Amino acid sequence: MSNAYDGLVDQEDSHWAFGTGFSEPLAGVDRELPAGVDRADLSAYCLMLGDDALVLAQRLAEWTSRAPELEEDVALANIALDLLGQARMLLTRAAEAEGAGRDEDALAFLREEREFRNVHLAEIECGPFAGGDFATTVARLLVFSSWRLAQCSRLRASADPVLAAVAEKSVKELAYHRDHAAQWVVRLGDGTGESHRRMAAGLARVWPYLDELFTAHPVELRLAGVAVDPAGLRAEVDGVLDEVLAAARLARPGDVPPAARVNGLAGRDGVHTEVMGYLLAEMQHLHRSLPGARW
Amino acid sequence: MVHAVSAYDVAARVRDPELPVLTLADLGVLRDVTESGGRVSVTITPTYSGCPALDEMGADLRRSLLAAGFEQVEVRTSLSPAWTTDWISEDGLRKLREAGIAPPSRLGPRAAGPVPLNLVPPSRRVACPRCGSSRTAELSRFGSTACKALRRCADCDEPFEHVKEI
Repeated sequence: MSNAYDGLVDQEDSHWAFGTGFSEPLAGVDRELPAGVDRADLSAYCLMLGDDALVLAQRLAEWTSRAPELEEDVALANIALDLLGQARMLLTRAAEAEGAGRDEDALAFLREEREFRNVHLAEIECGPFAGGDFATTVARLLVFSSWRLAQCSRLRASADPVLAAVAEKSVKELAYHRDHAAQWVVRLGDGTGESHRRMAAGLARVWPYLDELFTAHPVELRLAGVAVDPAGLRAEVDGVLDEVLAAARLARPGDVPPAARVNGLAGRDGVHTEVMGYLLAEMQHLHRSLPGARW
Repeated sequence: MVHAVSAYDVAARVRDPELPVLTLADLGVLRDVTESGGRVSVTITPTYSGCPALDEMGADLRRSLLAAGFEQVEVRTSLSPAWTTDWISEDGLRKLREAGIAPPSRLGPRAAGPVPLNLVPPSRRVACPRCGSSRTAELSRFGSTACKALRRCADCDEPFEHVKEI
């Protein structure tokens, strides 16, 4: 080997801990579909949960090399990695339930905007680019992880064994993400005048997207026993947010109207905000330009 | 074919790619090894959902078992019950400490229901693996891998890694 770079290209994949080979994330897991569950509904539901995690992982990864400090760079990348791991398992389950021969990559990289089922909170632009701010990213992470933690806690009892297992794993990770975000909210909210002002502005920016998190989609209601009705999560999430805001000396944003829907439709229906197309272009262009590309 | 060592012993000796002082058995990710007439089935569990080392563990297990003479090796992944740092063996905790990495505390059984919020980092005492002092502070909640945080000792001034409790 003449230099270190040769080692990166001329080796069997499996020599690398940070492997380049992406094997199936559910390989070896018992994946029988529960009796009496509609395959299309189960697939759609796994897409919703998977897309929430995938799209936020993409947003968090944008901070890599741009966070306010090195430790936070590592933190946001680690949180993104956990969410990406959750997304891979959920998209694999969605593809399996769909039974149309697609895999996780096809779902992540070859779907059009209207086929993505994530909530708007995951996709909105909170930074590091123009118009965003670290405090807004922290506000989004607090709301998202509090909501997803409440959701996954309940999903541990799902009638779908794969969803239950993914949820059990996710709960431990999300609890850590939520604590991390909460500690930042307290540090910034109860910090200087400037950090308080920016934390309050960050909360105000994400607050209109809360309503969608607790609005059930017909698929979620049809999958009783498998899915969780998000309307039932509101009290727990509100309780967590109130506790954090009180410690941060921040007021709950008042009288914020929910973000507009288009003809009553939102993220769960495949109707997204303007930034979603740009996000997907960034996320999908390599796979679409060079199908099957590997590092 | 008669094997000098059991499939379990071969699998148990494979090292973790990110914490090579630990074997997969020490780490507690090796859930089950069954062997029947040259066919081995190994079950492992991921530490974190996105742990990039899982593929590597599977490849190492396959390689080691084939090298030991087992003809067919299947590696299965089990997600449930979810891995916890409580599954790291006593031997594993000692090996971490000897390698300069503070081991996780034992969490014990956890209550059902909503997960409690921690607004301040838990006051769990983490002893410095170099000088033993308990005057240590967290520098970063996330370290070089998903499973570690970074701390520093106030007495010997050394930074060190800590396998965080999950």
